[in-house]
Amino acid sequence: MVTFQFIPFHEIETLSSAKRVNKLLNIVKEDKIVIMEGRLKKEEEADLIEITMEEISPKFKGIELSVIYPDKNQQDVRQKIRGAFATFLLGDRQGLTIIGPASVVKKIEKNPDKIELFTQEINGKQKRYRSKKKRN
Amino acid sequence: MGFFSNLLSKIKFNPFARKSHIKLGLYGPPNGGKSTLANRICLDWLGEEMSTVSHIAHETREINIKEQLNIKNKKGKELTFSLVDTPGIATRIDYEEFLKKGMKKAEAKKRAKEATKGVIDSIKWLDTMEAVVVVLDSTQDPYSQVNITIIGNLQARNIPVLIAANKIDLKKSNLEAIKSAFPQYKVVGVSAKYGKQIDDFYEQLFKTV
Repeated sequence: MVTFQFIPFHEIETLSSAKRVNKLLNIVKEDKIVIMEGRLKKEEEADLIEITMEEISPKFKGIELSVIYPDKNQQDVRQKIRGAFATFLLGDRQGLTIIGPASVVKKIEKNPDKIELFTQEINGKQKRYRSKKKRN
Repeated sequence: MGFFSNLLSKIKFNPFARKSHIKLGLYGPPNGGKSTLANRICLDWLGEEMSTVSHIAHETREINIKEQLNIKNKKGKELTFSLVDTPGIATRIDYEEFLKKGMKKAEAKKRAKEATKGVIDSIKWLDTMEAVVVVLDSTQDPYSQVNITIIGNLQARNIPVLIAANKIDLKKSNLEAIKSAFPQYKVVGVSAKYGKQIDDFYEQLFKTV
């Protein structure tokens, strides 16, 4: 079973960068896939990778991360102004961020039109688990 | 101006001179060919390699620096820089992947641990770079979040970026995919392994820096 947890933007809006990143990472470490409204700042994305690396262990193998964001090159002037105004008033709520544990999410493929999330094969996992049991 | 410029250069202060010695970083995901490109540059201009390369990801796990590289373009213009070969940036590191490549468990775990430290170092060093070549494997999907995060962070720091779409000698190479993923940046196709289009790369490097 795969669990998704939705994080609305207002839940992280007032948090500092470090707290934001830690909150998201703690959910991911519970083997849940985070779907967050909006996106992290570019520096926070780098921090997320950095902190993930610090947490890597035989049990936690890292994350898969993907951000869906409107292509500003394809927006007309009116859309750009409206977007900038909304960001100024409410924060950058545009887009969607998906973060999943590497043990659950195999890969997230993205192209301008679609996003595909591939989970690890359940059968493969069961096989590995069984082989561990035999060794014991 | 020429007289004053010469005079000031003799007393090691020249406000008219362009900055000619910079720190140039090679960044990108693992196995994109950063170390192969670093070796190609060093072989072309110093006659020796600087990094070890491997088909197994995370071969480079420490920052490697080659100081005082001096390259010339066709017009005779010179560029001196320190070349910084960085470990590949990844969001996941699983020692079991190294086991599949034939490594022993202890060696695989050690490599994974060193690789995580390498990623952290690469990110920390971003702030010290004055120009960056992002080396991408042109046979892979360019829309990976790691690529976007690296380039986004360079953009946020106002660091000049050149994208080297490596491995153009391979059949699956798709240079256009990288160009359309990052239309705001100059993308130059190159085969670091065989030196294909390396002169174009050097020309673009001069323009970027």
